[in-house]
Amino acid sequence: MLVELTVNGEWKSADCPPETTLLKFLREHLMLTGAKLGCDVGDCGTCTVIVDGESYNSCLMLAARAAGRDVTTIEGLADSQGVHPIQEAFEELGSLQCGFCGPGMIMSAKNLLDKNPTASRHEIKDALSGNLCRCTGYTKIIEAIEGAGRVMSSDKYPQSNTF
Amino acid sequence: MAYTLLGKDFTPPDIRAKVTGEAKYAEDFRVDGMVFARLLTSPMPHARVRSIDASEALAMHGVIGILTADDVPAKASPQQTILTNEPVFVGDPILAVAAESETIAQDAIDKIKIDFELLPFCVDPLESLYPGGPNARTEGNSVTLNFGQPIPPEVNEKKWTARDFAAVEEGHLPTGEPTVQWEYGDLDTGFEDAALVLEESFVVASNSHHSMEPRSALSYWENGKCHVFGSLQSQSFAMNTLSGLIGIPPEDIVFVAEFCGGGFGSKGNPYPSMVIPAHFSKKINRPVMLRISRAEEYYLGHARSGFQGRTKIGFREDGKVTSIDLYLVQENGSATGFPDINGFSEGASLVYTPEAMRLRGIFVSTNTPPRLAQRGPGQNQMAVTFEPLMDRAAKELSIDRLAIRQINAPTGDALVGAGREPVTSAHPREALAKGAEQFNWVERVKNDGQRNGSKVRSVAVATAFHPAGFNGFDGLVVITPDGKLNVHTGVGNLGTYSYASTSRVAAEVLKYDWENCVIHRGDSRKHLPFNIGQFGSNTSFTMTRTNFVAATDAMDKIKEIAAMDMGGDPEDYDIGEEKVFSISDPTQSMTYAEVAQRAIELGGKYSGIEGPEDINPITKGGLAGIAGTGLVGVAKDKLEKHGLVPAFCAGFIDIELDTETGKYEILDYLGVVDCGTVLHPQSLATQIKGGAVMGFGMAATEKLVYDPQSGLPANVGLYQAKPPSYLDVPSTMGWAAVDEPDPQNPVGAKGVGEPVMGGGAASLICAISNALDGHYFMRNPITPDMIVNAAAGRPQSYKPLQVNNQ
Repeated sequence: MLVELTVNGEWKSADCPPETTLLKFLREHLMLTGAKLGCDVGDCGTCTVIVDGESYNSCLMLAARAAGRDVTTIEGLADSQGVHPIQEAFEELGSLQCGFCGPGMIMSAKNLLDKNPTASRHEIKDALSGNLCRCTGYTKIIEAIEGAGRVMSSDKYPQSNTF
Repeated sequence: MAYTLLGKDFTPPDIRAKVTGEAKYAEDFRVDGMVFARLLTSPMPHARVRSIDASEALAMHGVIGILTADDVPAKASPQQTILTNEPVFVGDPILAVAAESETIAQDAIDKIKIDFELLPFCVDPLESLYPGGPNARTEGNSVTLNFGQPIPPEVNEKKWTARDFAAVEEGHLPTGEPTVQWEYGDLDTGFEDAALVLEESFVVASNSHHSMEPRSALSYWENGKCHVFGSLQSQSFAMNTLSGLIGIPPEDIVFVAEFCGGGFGSKGNPYPSMVIPAHFSKKINRPVMLRISRAEEYYLGHARSGFQGRTKIGFREDGKVTSIDLYLVQENGSATGFPDINGFSEGASLVYTPEAMRLRGIFVSTNTPPRLAQRGPGQNQMAVTFEPLMDRAAKELSIDRLAIRQINAPTGDALVGAGREPVTSAHPREALAKGAEQFNWVERVKNDGQRNGSKVRSVAVATAFHPAGFNGFDGLVVITPDGKLNVHTGVGNLGTYSYASTSRVAAEVLKYDWENCVIHRGDSRKHLPFNIGQFGSNTSFTMTRTNFVAATDAMDKIKEIAAMDMGGDPEDYDIGEEKVFSISDPTQSMTYAEVAQRAIELGGKYSGIEGPEDINPITKGGLAGIAGTGLVGVAKDKLEKHGLVPAFCAGFIDIELDTETGKYEILDYLGVVDCGTVLHPQSLATQIKGGAVMGFGMAATEKLVYDPQSGLPANVGLYQAKPPSYLDVPSTMGWAAVDEPDPQNPVGAKGVGEPVMGGGAASLICAISNALDGHYFMRNPITPDMIVNAAAGRPQSYKPLQVNNQ
């Protein structure tokens, strides 16, 4: 079946079998391998992407469900102006180790901070509880999200930067 | 010693790719013509394949081919097979099918008919040791690992007597004939002199590594070379193992492992499933991707060995341990396994410095997925077992829990294990002291036992240890005519950034601006030296040495060239600001770029055309690749190293335990480490905190369970196997380091990746026991039901020595 959708601001289309998940569609049909296949059953969050302003485990969403919708993946965060404040904070604090969970963490964090840039530690933990990390113990990720939130809630941060 | 680069934070060069999604892990690679493989795995825990009928599958549209055990090298028992006709655990790969899509491959797998003959099996070691008990392997049930020796592992049959098992009725581990044993000191006198003797049987559960990246792999053949894209903790160390698994020389293998999405010991060396695509690709002449699913990670991935054990410990009145008698039954899984018994027993001999100690143990095969090293293999099982016993002794002897650890902790003159091997340095006492001050131990213990309704406050401390360094590997650097320092490193990349922090030693020696340094790694085509993998907490110690000797060799050559061109002797010259200059007249100088150009003109040893004889053949291959491109520094690490390099962690924890629900909240955690010189504070902090959280899982949530009737694993998903999530982490976590340099490392560094987990795990177990007024479970993980039962005085739901099946 033909699936047409917007990915990172660009109109994309590809033929795929009807059982194709959004994750496989992104990885194998659009060659966007930033979202990872960590569990395929919605346990780990490594496949997190944002669809129409809400974060989803793309391993649990059929590509057909995303047809005509607006999808943002990790590849869509950095632009010609540089990396997104969340990416910058993760980089500065060294918040990732192996990095496999990173794209999903960052997308979940973006979904949270776009809605609530002053999220508390408790709110961050709650919002990201579907994203697992085996390396870091989470605390540095929380610190990075707090820091990015401060940047995103400042007057200097252009609000149009949110997708 | 003051360093310019070491001990300072920096941004590792690979982190940008991780935050932008550009980092390519094994499954992210795509090749023209690539097909997908799926595995047919055993539904039985031990069986013989009588026949395979794949005719219907092979006739399907889109199916490319089949790979069976007949197509791959056989492995001698008990080594883990690549594919097999005698599966020894549920999930053991029997064959693979390649197809144009993964879906077609799986559909084809479903159409294959296999006739199995079920063979005897067991999931509990004690059941196997019982007279007439089932053997996990046809050849027997007890493995002799011959670890580190050029002798293959062996399997024999070992059964204990019914008389041995009489102890089980009383909840004690039977102690039949062991297969490994050692002893030092006068055990009996130690117990006779003791003011307190504790004797306990215990259980430590097996748990999964839970690497976030499943062990997928891609392979293809091109111009006679086999290209392997894998998820591994090793790079150049992997080449010889890959060579053996694929059956071609190392120089005919291209191995790419730039990023590894977690390993924790499970991906230290190439594993059988990694080479299935290589063999399949050769057979069907197409690139093959084998994606391992999360469920398959549990079925055919690795896990930590569990233990059933028994120990007797004597304490003097002041808390000093006099004697330890230890018996360990290691649940060794279905293949070779890993010598966790050694780590457990040697760890106890060092952390508690008993005057006398005896180990007896046996490795018992079970029809469970292959066991392998997991972060602190043996040492961390020891920590979760012995640290609560230290608390119990402290309570019974009315000693402070910190003090009993201080009095037993080793110093630099301590000796390890039966061989009484010396250590290079040991500062756990300093770690405990620093942690006590930073955690405000004296004040915090006053909160112990404070109740808020059903919630109880509890603080605890625990120590953990792991060896932390090797020697004898090679270093390779080259200064190119553009003035850059190129550090070639063959270590793996687990994400601790130690590949980078240890490369900075070369820059430090040569007084380089870090901005002018380039690290080459992650791909065997990048001319890499022979280095050990990133496991065993070794990288910081081992790789600082290799980079130090390579950079020192480069510096010697720089000074020789300066003397050749500007007169005098090499000793008349010094380096600085990326120049070599005359000590007596600093205006006489050459830039490193100029020296590199001269090295190319001079050739020979200066440009790497000639190299040392004693470097590894893999390093020689790397050297040949960069020869003639600049001034080359290359050397084998022959620096002094006498004895074991130990790293320690002291974990301090503050929790609030709800005795009605069995849930707890970790209010605070502090990890203090003895890791020698701190190379990279930022990544050390992450190691300490991340290791502790992994330890919290070991302590309280993670265990693998198998149905004794069928051998089926019950935990085949993250949800069931329960690695900690955001909701399990403390509100705050702190870290500190003793920062005492190790005298046998040129920059004083030691590793520390493994004890940081033991510190977290053992401190949480101690805190839970302390909150229950000294209820020592002698088993992990301590789950909420166990806590509720203990708090209510109810019996537990498990039998005392039950393992793997509850």
